[in-house]
Amino acid sequence: MDGHEAARRVDVAVIGAGVVGLGIAWEVARSGRSVAVVDPAPGSGASFAAAGMLAAVSEYHYQEEDLLGLMLASARRWAEFAEPLGAQAGYQRTPTLCVAADAADRRALADLRAVQEAHGLDVRALGVRKARSLEPLLAPGISGAFEITADHQVDPRRLVAAVLDRLGPDAVIRERAEGLVWADDAQPARVTGVRLADGRELAAGETIVANGLGARELAGLPVQLPLRPVYGDILRLRVPPPLRPLVTATVRGLVRGKPVYVVPREDGTVVIGATQREDGSDAVSAGGVYELLRDAQALVPAVAELELYETTARARPGTPDNAPLLGRVAARFAAGARAGVPAGGRDEGTVRGADDGGGPPDAAGLGHIPGLIVATGFFRHGVLLTPAAAKICVELLDGGTEERWNAFRPDRFAHERGRLDQAAAPRRTA
Amino acid sequence: MGIQPETRTGGALSEPLLAADPFTVDGVAFGSRLIMGTGGAPSLDGLGEALEASGTELTTVAMRRFSPAEQGSLFELLVEKGIRVLPNTAGCFTARDAVLTAELAREALETDWVKLEVIADETTLLPDPIELADATEQLVDRGFKVFAYTNDDPVLARRLEQLGAVAVMPLGAPIGTGLGILNPHNIELIVARAEVPVVLDAGIGTASDAALAMELGCDAVLLATAVTRAQDPVRMAAAFRHAVAAGRLAAQAGRIPRREHALASSPMEGRAQFL
Repeated sequence: MDGHEAARRVDVAVIGAGVVGLGIAWEVARSGRSVAVVDPAPGSGASFAAAGMLAAVSEYHYQEEDLLGLMLASARRWAEFAEPLGAQAGYQRTPTLCVAADAADRRALADLRAVQEAHGLDVRALGVRKARSLEPLLAPGISGAFEITADHQVDPRRLVAAVLDRLGPDAVIRERAEGLVWADDAQPARVTGVRLADGRELAAGETIVANGLGARELAGLPVQLPLRPVYGDILRLRVPPPLRPLVTATVRGLVRGKPVYVVPREDGTVVIGATQREDGSDAVSAGGVYELLRDAQALVPAVAELELYETTARARPGTPDNAPLLGRVAARFAAGARAGVPAGGRDEGTVRGADDGGGPPDAAGLGHIPGLIVATGFFRHGVLLTPAAAKICVELLDGGTEERWNAFRPDRFAHERGRLDQAAAPRRTA
Repeated sequence: MGIQPETRTGGALSEPLLAADPFTVDGVAFGSRLIMGTGGAPSLDGLGEALEASGTELTTVAMRRFSPAEQGSLFELLVEKGIRVLPNTAGCFTARDAVLTAELAREALETDWVKLEVIADETTLLPDPIELADATEQLVDRGFKVFAYTNDDPVLARRLEQLGAVAVMPLGAPIGTGLGILNPHNIELIVARAEVPVVLDAGIGTASDAALAMELGCDAVLLATAVTRAQDPVRMAAAFRHAVAAGRLAAQAGRIPRREHALASSPMEGRAQFL
């Protein structure tokens, strides 16, 4: 628009080059559309930390059935998603072993298994001897083990590199996205691209917001996205050659009620993770590292012999129900974006003003804001959910996706949140 | 005052006998005698629904694990639901840690209430009595209202009260074990001697444990894991809401004596009533 230099024009702009954004961009490119990804530092956020477990079954939690459906759909898609990327993407069908450290942990895993099986998931009780014959370095004192052959892995860093290679350098704009560009005079109001931090505009037929927690700072979003940082510490260790392989399966343990995992990589390293902290600190926590090593060692004592070569902390984009914010936004929220202020700084009153703003009537609840798709809030499951997110985004570009994915609409919290004006918000510490 | 909303009403069950019997601590009255912890909740939404179902009006949060500065945090959820926050010092091993954590909580949340936890070791998570007493003394001196999480030791509980704690919170069993109340006699002794509210804290596994705590004379029950790690946290929270209310009513109703021989509830012959 006026005074802004146009960067260029593409069919689809994707904000965010983490695993999710890149996966979507790649799927979009394969659908024959021109695509550009906007990110100052691709693959440097949560994707840089992630272990890459594709654990639809073992990550199931009680009462999260909607999410389970999406996780299973995505897990089933992983092989075909990774196949054209070749070996470079680091996708492996490593099975998963869930190990209980003590009797109460075994009971907790057995209770969970009963529900997993009720959902038709395949979780096989192995017994300690059987588990140790498969993985001789498991601690003799473990209390039980369950095998989940459907949970695999990918190396997110290699995946990022592989997709960036396929997309080519021209598809990535290494600049921060400042906000969405709206066609103010259009009826209905629509998103027409991305305003970059350097002042340029990327014009796009459709814009997909996939920058994780960064979406909180993006100007011009029509609804406030209820994202919060859930920090995690994660370790990378090198296995000395005489100890290889440390484990052949991904070992997920419950140690005195606390989860820990050991993911073996092809190159003789392992990834041990991950803490969950909401303490506001993006630094690696010494206590977190200690607990991870302690608990991993309880399952695999030889962990003490490894070389610890990397500790990383990153924030996951958490949502109130642990499920992603994925889909289009109802047209009735369009007026909320007019002010162009960051989503976090707007009150609900602005959102409610749709009637006087010019968004199209949405009596049937079917209309959506043209030109905008949201794909963030993947929390612990970004890597696993990437193929499903990519497919759903392309289906939305094609005209619509399956009804059941409406459970993840990004505007599903729009009426519940934003009531903080009635009570003073906590004082922000500097 | 700051994040703390006015005490909300409506947490109690619609039972007139309960309405006339609030839980009062440090001059603040609560309709619910169930204090909820927040640790171990699988999702923020799930936690919110469980808190709602529990009817709680007071909820404790580990200041070392949750930053009040984060947008969309647990604290915003509590403000939204009108639930008062009782910050706690979980994760502290020394009196010094605990005092610093309490100061941070007071600064961030503008409350001088603190649930004091000083843990001896990670295996038992039992309170360290010496550090606990020291921390209580220091915090009271700095103007805090101390809710002291303590062992089920009547002597220590009494000492904490003498040092100025506004409530003593003996454990039923170690944190997260769900073993129930391992030494009911000690809890009764603590209650009998206390002049401040006694809150049974930790060890609760299921609803009957909470009812028992109230029957033993406790003024309130604090629990987290029993709800947050239950398969259906909302249902379990509702169970505790009823259990705490039932236990309170039973404690005040005056139970019948235990006797060796059966006694028919209605007389079988026309004898005079001696009651």
